[in-house]
Amino acid sequence: MAHAITPREAAVDVMKGLQRQYGWLTDEAVAEAALLLGLSPLQVEELATFYEMIYRRPVGRVVVHVCDSISCWAMGSETLMRHLEQRLGIAAGATTADNAVTLLPCCCLGNCGNGPALMIGDRLFGPVSPEQAAAIIADHLEAR
Amino acid sequence: MDAILFKYNPPDRAVTFDEYLADGGFQAMKKALAGMSPNDVQQAVIDSGLRGRGGAGFPTGRKWSFVPRNLPGPRYLICNSDEMEPGTYKDRVLLEHNPHLLVEGMALTSFALGVERAFIFIRRGYEQAALKLRSAIAEAHKAGFLGSAICGSGFCLELDVHLSAGRYICGEETALMNALEGIRANPRVKPPFPAVKGLWGQPTVVNNVETLANIPAIVANGPAWFKALAATPEGSGTKLFCVSGHVRDPICLELPIGIPLGEIIDTHCGGMRPGSSFKACIPGGASTPYLTKEHWAVAMDFDPVAKAGSRLGTGGVVVFDQTTCMVAATLNLVRFFARESCGWCTPCREGLPFVQHILERIEAGRGEASDIDILKEHVQKLNYAFCALAPGAMGPVEGLLRLFEDEVREHITGGKCPLGKH
Repeated sequence: MAHAITPREAAVDVMKGLQRQYGWLTDEAVAEAALLLGLSPLQVEELATFYEMIYRRPVGRVVVHVCDSISCWAMGSETLMRHLEQRLGIAAGATTADNAVTLLPCCCLGNCGNGPALMIGDRLFGPVSPEQAAAIIADHLEAR
Repeated sequence: MDAILFKYNPPDRAVTFDEYLADGGFQAMKKALAGMSPNDVQQAVIDSGLRGRGGAGFPTGRKWSFVPRNLPGPRYLICNSDEMEPGTYKDRVLLEHNPHLLVEGMALTSFALGVERAFIFIRRGYEQAALKLRSAIAEAHKAGFLGSAICGSGFCLELDVHLSAGRYICGEETALMNALEGIRANPRVKPPFPAVKGLWGQPTVVNNVETLANIPAIVANGPAWFKALAATPEGSGTKLFCVSGHVRDPICLELPIGIPLGEIIDTHCGGMRPGSSFKACIPGGASTPYLTKEHWAVAMDFDPVAKAGSRLGTGGVVVFDQTTCMVAATLNLVRFFARESCGWCTPCREGLPFVQHILERIEAGRGEASDIDILKEHVQKLNYAFCALAPGAMGPVEGLLRLFEDEVREHITGGKCPLGKH
């Protein structure tokens, strides 16, 4: 924030930092961000609800973003998503009962030559078969 | 062919700072600072014929020339690295392969424009690329190519990396400026154009990663050399093509701009994957209308692709084989745009979900003959949206109706998807 020209320029960084800390952007985190940025909680909310990768609802320990855009679609992302839903026993958009995994469809990850692709944390994976995807998720759960 | 952007083609490893220096890196910077005026640099870019690589293809040097030279206060340069157009991944590959080119390109552009603080706006998902860029910036700083009194001249520049949190509309240049300022990223009204009133109300130029990465070679080797890299006499330079979908080798390559579509697929991507035959492709990301086998020889440059009824866009070529239902493909594309609409204006917010609904109905075999007219009407009417998102979303719909109307009608008359997808 010290580097920012105006405090609110750092809004996304602050929200991401708080999300890293709490797992998701809780109401308390929104208030905390507002204090840090010199904004009202509503102004922070306006930003938080705008971005796909800011979570305003609780998520599992591992959040799996499965690309559903055109290149991955052509390479079987629908099949990949169906397999993951079955394996995890949840629908896309939901979190497993043990709070371990949240499964989210997402927009193009810019990994189109490696479709179907997915993202966990800051890492892109692809092309992944349903089995490989399950193994990648298991690895991340173990690491947590 | 002389390559500018990819020292290794395909770019399977990263270029180190030392390698970049040894290979003539930052020589263009030294040349410009030692013996060129900012106007000389701008003129070289104008003469080179370089057109913006972010999708619109606007002449880069002309864009720079719109910045008034006599306004008080700072000016800004923004590198648009919010690469979220589905089917496009060239900027990520470029950043991961050679971030130094972008650093030098931004420094030269800043010199030409009188910018002392520039920003790189990077999308969510490209954190690994951002890491490499940040270390490239640190190395350039250490070597005296960024910071104050660069190469002993009076030129100063700081580069800031801004990481976003995922939203396609942030790639629209005025929405991007709002995002950078920490404001909800709805597009701004134009005019005033960013060149006059942009970031924090100051003159601002927004250029794509690939565009900026071309600048050092233009300054070092001259406009004529750059122009001659193209495959056609009308073209200028090289182009990154990032191919995905049903080809054997879906890769990102630097090729002469104007290379025929068929050559990219057959010669450079190993043709179609086994058992596949070419049905159609989108030539430049999700918002560009389809090309088919009849367009096999089309020169992949801005004007020839426009003449063929589509747009070169980003150079993100997504290839579909004979098993692909074009209604389903178009539905996937429209669903993306409907979800990514920022909701600011009614035609986009309400129109795209409606178009999505019609396409869903047709794909499910519940379409009606009148649906085709409704879709055609929306191709026209969504041009009234506030920004280019909704007209872009209708690109593939327009292509579907023009090139695959029979396939759409088959869905409606047969009451099911003829390719058995649903």
